[in-house]
Amino acid sequence: MQSNLVTEDKQKNKLEKSFEILKTMASKPSGLIGLTIVLFHVVLALISPYIAPYDYKAISPNTMLLAPSAEHWFGTDSLGRDVFTRTILGGRTALTVTFFGSLIALLWGGLLGIFCGLVGGKIDDVVMRVVDAFLSIPWILAMLLIVSLLGTSTEVLIPALGFFYGKGIVRVARAATHDVIAKDFIVSARARGHSNMSIIWNEIIPNVRDAILVEGAMRWSWMLLGFSSLSFLGFGVSPPTPDWGLMISNARGLMSFAYWSVIAPIVGLSSLIIGINLTADAFAKALGIDRSTKAPV
Amino acid sequence: MLLLILKRIGLGLITLFIVSLITFVGVEVLPGDACTTYLEREAYGAALDACIKRLGLDVPAYERYLDWASNVMRGDFGYSLSGEMPINEVLGPRVKNSLVLASVSILIGIPLAIVLGIITALWRDKLPDIMISTITIFSMTIPEFISATLLILIVAIWLGWLPGIVIIPSDATFYELLSNIILPVVAISMIMTAHMARMVRSSVIQVMASDYVQMAILKGVPYWKMVFRHVLPNALLPAINVVALTIAWLLGGVVVTEVVFNYPGLGRLVIESISNRDLPVVQALAIILASIYVGINLIADLMTLMLNPRLKSLQIRK
Repeated sequence: MQSNLVTEDKQKNKLEKSFEILKTMASKPSGLIGLTIVLFHVVLALISPYIAPYDYKAISPNTMLLAPSAEHWFGTDSLGRDVFTRTILGGRTALTVTFFGSLIALLWGGLLGIFCGLVGGKIDDVVMRVVDAFLSIPWILAMLLIVSLLGTSTEVLIPALGFFYGKGIVRVARAATHDVIAKDFIVSARARGHSNMSIIWNEIIPNVRDAILVEGAMRWSWMLLGFSSLSFLGFGVSPPTPDWGLMISNARGLMSFAYWSVIAPIVGLSSLIIGINLTADAFAKALGIDRSTKAPV
Repeated sequence: MLLLILKRIGLGLITLFIVSLITFVGVEVLPGDACTTYLEREAYGAALDACIKRLGLDVPAYERYLDWASNVMRGDFGYSLSGEMPINEVLGPRVKNSLVLASVSILIGIPLAIVLGIITALWRDKLPDIMISTITIFSMTIPEFISATLLILIVAIWLGWLPGIVIIPSDATFYELLSNIILPVVAISMIMTAHMARMVRSSVIQVMASDYVQMAILKGVPYWKMVFRHVLPNALLPAINVVALTIAWLLGGVVVTEVVFNYPGLGRLVIESISNRDLPVVQALAIILASIYVGINLIADLMTLMLNPRLKSLQIRK
């Protein structure tokens, strides 16, 4: 009975704490705007297949490059497809791929970073050199190489993005672990004879979690940028899948007289990236982490 | 001091060595070798044999790596399959074009970023800060291909002030380049300036809150003298490293920008060589871009060391 009460209490505390963080994030206008935008995009991605007025891949020569009207709110593109339909569907792939990619990046980057920070010594040196080397290959080159050799399916893109964007998290997790590891409670846990696994799980992870989560949130927006750049360059998702990067790249050549088919996906993608950025910033501030002096690596 | 510099250079070289291993092993491990990838369906018979001979794919991998590495160190990057000429001849004009683009952007971007960063920090949370900070957040978060596309749409198409797309051959002269690079430079320096201005801002704010600045204020040092003598030298020094990292990070964005504007630089070569499945060129580009990254960081490290008297004495004591 007693123990039950304690766990219940703990869970309530956790919920309350997350709610507190959300409240602090929303208390500033920039955080509120960011949260609203992200929420809007997530909801839109979930319901868009049910509210889309047209078929996203229906090609028709009669409706080519129509200006915005009551029937086609955002006009039509060069193949006669409805731009509104394609725009509201355009975030689905990007959101899914980058969300799971960020999860993978958080997991492997965080765990490897904690491990390196904990073990130190030769292993740490070698791993950090390799991470440095990966950091110095421009992301675009590495991604293009992987995608052009392995293909552009989401099964390839998610782990590839997750792997490539995780290397920066290794550094953050390692630095945070270094800060924690010298503290008294780790020393006393060691003295009590706890195993390494138990120390990582019970002492280190709760203390470095915030820093890693903030880094992961930031990386989510960079990954979205990377993913849509790949689509734009023609190495991301393949047509006719509606995707903002791909739509912008297709509509670009005709934008001198059909600007609507390029403006709509631009607004969609920009708003989502700005929203994630504002949210990540507010999240960092709510947790008391200052990332303003860090370079985007 | 000298020892420290040598150590930094050594670490940079080790990093480059690992990069070369990663790219080599990566190309080796991923399905298909340079010849079958390039020739695709025509990868049989005489064409395949000729290609294999050309690239020396018939010798073991480690021998090829040693060969390749020693050639790269002598400045020979090998043979371009799609260009059917030595990679060095492909690279030459491209490197020059990208260098022009990058240096003009940096020359405009860094001073502008410092000025904007100082303004936003000194008028923190007032109107100038709110306005400039909003603009910087927009321009640093929006992907390069979007800001570049918008620039073309607004400046080139709607206003008709400048040509939207660069139409010059890759061996254009310096003056031909200059008249064509205004929009690409604006696109690149916009993002770069935004990133750096934000860092300068928070760095200045940190220094302004420090004890010695409070002391100077209490002592009655005139405001602007305090800003220029006490705040700026201390605030800009730590920014050097971050600026270097930012510039290096933007290499990826430069690739995209060059594609949008059709600018014949290294970035477009990245896309071209990958579309042509020309793996030797891709390998060469990976090493070159990584060297630029390592080089910029090395210069920043050394500059911080030279400019910071405290770090210097620390090293001597050690």
